[in-house]
Amino acid sequence: MASDVAIETHELLKHFGEVKALDGVDLSVPQGTILGLLGPNGAGKTTAVRILTTLLAPDSGSARVAGLDVVKQAAELRAQIGLAGQYAAVDENLTGFENLEMVGRLYHLGKAPSRKRSSELLERFDLADAGGRLVRTYSGGMRRRLDLAAALVARPPIVFLDEPTTGLDPRSRIGLWETIEERVAQGPTVLLTTQYLDEADRLADSIAVIDHGKVIAEGTSDELKDRIGGERLEVRLEDGTQIETARDALRELSAEQPWSEDGVVKLSLLEDRGAIAEAVRKLDAVAVGVDDIAVRRPTLDDVFLQLTGRPVEEAEAEDAGGEEAAREGQA
Amino acid sequence: MSQLGNSVSDTLVLAKRNLQRIPRQPDLLTGYTIQPVMFTLLFVYVFGGAIATPGYDDYVDFLIPGIVVQTIAFGGFTTALGLSDDLRKGLIDRFRSLPMSRGAVLAGRTFSDVFLNSISLVIMFGVGLLVGFSFLSSPGEVALGLFLMLLFGYAFSWVFALVGLNSSSPETANALGFIAIFPLTFASSIFVPTATMPSWLEAFANVNPFSTVSDAARALFVGAPHGDDVWGAFAWAIGITIVFAFLSISRYRRAVSN
Repeated sequence: MASDVAIETHELLKHFGEVKALDGVDLSVPQGTILGLLGPNGAGKTTAVRILTTLLAPDSGSARVAGLDVVKQAAELRAQIGLAGQYAAVDENLTGFENLEMVGRLYHLGKAPSRKRSSELLERFDLADAGGRLVRTYSGGMRRRLDLAAALVARPPIVFLDEPTTGLDPRSRIGLWETIEERVAQGPTVLLTTQYLDEADRLADSIAVIDHGKVIAEGTSDELKDRIGGERLEVRLEDGTQIETARDALRELSAEQPWSEDGVVKLSLLEDRGAIAEAVRKLDAVAVGVDDIAVRRPTLDDVFLQLTGRPVEEAEAEDAGGEEAAREGQA
Repeated sequence: MSQLGNSVSDTLVLAKRNLQRIPRQPDLLTGYTIQPVMFTLLFVYVFGGAIATPGYDDYVDFLIPGIVVQTIAFGGFTTALGLSDDLRKGLIDRFRSLPMSRGAVLAGRTFSDVFLNSISLVIMFGVGLLVGFSFLSSPGEVALGLFLMLLFGYAFSWVFALVGLNSSSPETANALGFIAIFPLTFASSIFVPTATMPSWLEAFANVNPFSTVSDAARALFVGAPHGDDVWGAFAWAIGITIVFAFLSISRYRRAVSN
C-alpha cells in the first residue's frame, strides 16, 4: 500500500442474511483529502463506515485505515480514528465539557490533557458558554457540533463523519457545513457519508456514489456533474410558438442543442454564473418574452437517474426490505 | 500505561459517568428505592398477619432478608436501562470505536451499581428496623451477609447487562426484566416459606437461586438454621457473575446501534 493512502478497501463484502449490504467495494482515499460517500438510504454507506471503524467485521475482502488492517489490527487502528455523525453520540446527562473529558480519558490522553483539550474544543466549536450545561438542554445543531468535537479530541489523523447533517433543519445544516470546512477538515483525512449531493459537492474533494453495496461512479463533483450535464437552465416562454427562436438564441450557453419539454426550453449550462442574466439578454435581443426562468442544480436524483436509470425514491423503496433485513442481521 | 492500567482507568471513567448521571435523573433513583419500601410496608402490614413463618418470632424477621435479596437483584436494572439507552442513542458505537478496553463499558456499569446497591441496603435495612426487624446474629455474620448481598447484586448487574444489550430500547429492557425475571423472585422463599406451595411449585422454588440466597441471608442476618445455603448462595453469585459476564462481553463485542 502506498504510504500516502489513508483509507483503502479491496473487494469489501458484507451480507446480512440474504441482503448484500456491501457487494465488493473498492475505495482509496489519499491522505489529507475528503471523500464523500454518496448514496440513498440502505445503499451500504453506514455498513462501510462501521467496517472501517472496526464496529463490524467484513465477510470477505480487506480494508486498511492508516495502514492498519481493520480486522487484524483493530485495537491499534482505533487510536488513529475519530467517529461522528448520525450514529455516534453524546451523553445527554453529562455536560458538554464532561462528554469531551470522558472521551479524552478513554483515548488515554490523561486527566489534565483531556481537560485542557476539552476546553480548547468547546471554544473552537462555539460551545464555550454551553460547556457547563447538560447536553439534554442543547439544540440539535449544538449536539452535532459537540459530536464533531468529540471525534477530534485525540487529534486523529482520520475522521469518519456518518451523515453528519441528517435530521437538521436547512439553516443548521449550512452552519454545520461551515464548521466542518473550517474546524474539522483542516488536516485530517475525512470520509463523509451523505444522501445529499449538495453536501458532498460542498465538502468533499472527491465523491464515490454507492448503490446496492457497489460503487457505481467516482470522481470529483465537477466530473460527476459533467456526466449528468451540469447545471440546467429552464425557460418558460410567454409565447409557446417562439420555442425554435429561443432554442437558437440560447445555443451558445450550452455544449449541445437546447431541447424543449412541455413548452419549457431546457439546456445544460457550460457556466452557471450569470447564466440567467445572459439568457434574458439573448432572448430580449430576438424579442422573445420570458414567463419564468430558473437554474436547476443537479440533485442526487439526477445523478441517480443518470447512473442507474431509476430515481432515488424507487431505490429507497427497493431497499426498504433490505434495510429491515440488515437490522435483523445485526441484532 | 499498561493494558491492565488502561482497563482499570477506562472502567473508573465510565463508572464515574454513570454516577454523575444519577442526581440528574432523580426519577430513576426514586423509582428504584420507593418501590421496595412500598413492598416492605405492604407485606409487613397487609399480608404479614396471614403468613405463618414457623421458626421465626415475627414475619418481619423472615421478610426483610428476603425482600433485601429481591431489591438487590433488581438494583442492576439501571444497567439494563442504561445500556439499552446507550445502544439506542449510538453511544455504544462511539465507545466501540475508541481505543478503550472492551470490557470497560460493562464493568463501569456494574461497578457503579455496587455503589447504588450499597445505598439501597442502607435504605432497606433502615426501613426494616423501623418496622420491627432486628439483627439476631453476630456482627461478623451480618458483615458476611452484607457482602453476600452486594456480590449477588453484582451478579445480577451482569444478567441485566445482557438484557440491556439485547434490548433496542429501555421499554424493551423493562418488559424483559419484569416479565422474565420479576416472577422468578415470587416463585421462591423471598416472601413465604416454600412448604405451603403446591408440590410442583415448591420443587421449583427450592432449587431457585433466589430461595438459596434468601435463606442464606436469613442465616446470616437473623441466625436462621440455613447455614448450608450460605455456601450455595456464594456459589450462585460467583457462577452467575462468571457466566453472564462472559455472555455480556461477547455480546458487547458485536453490538451496534440500529
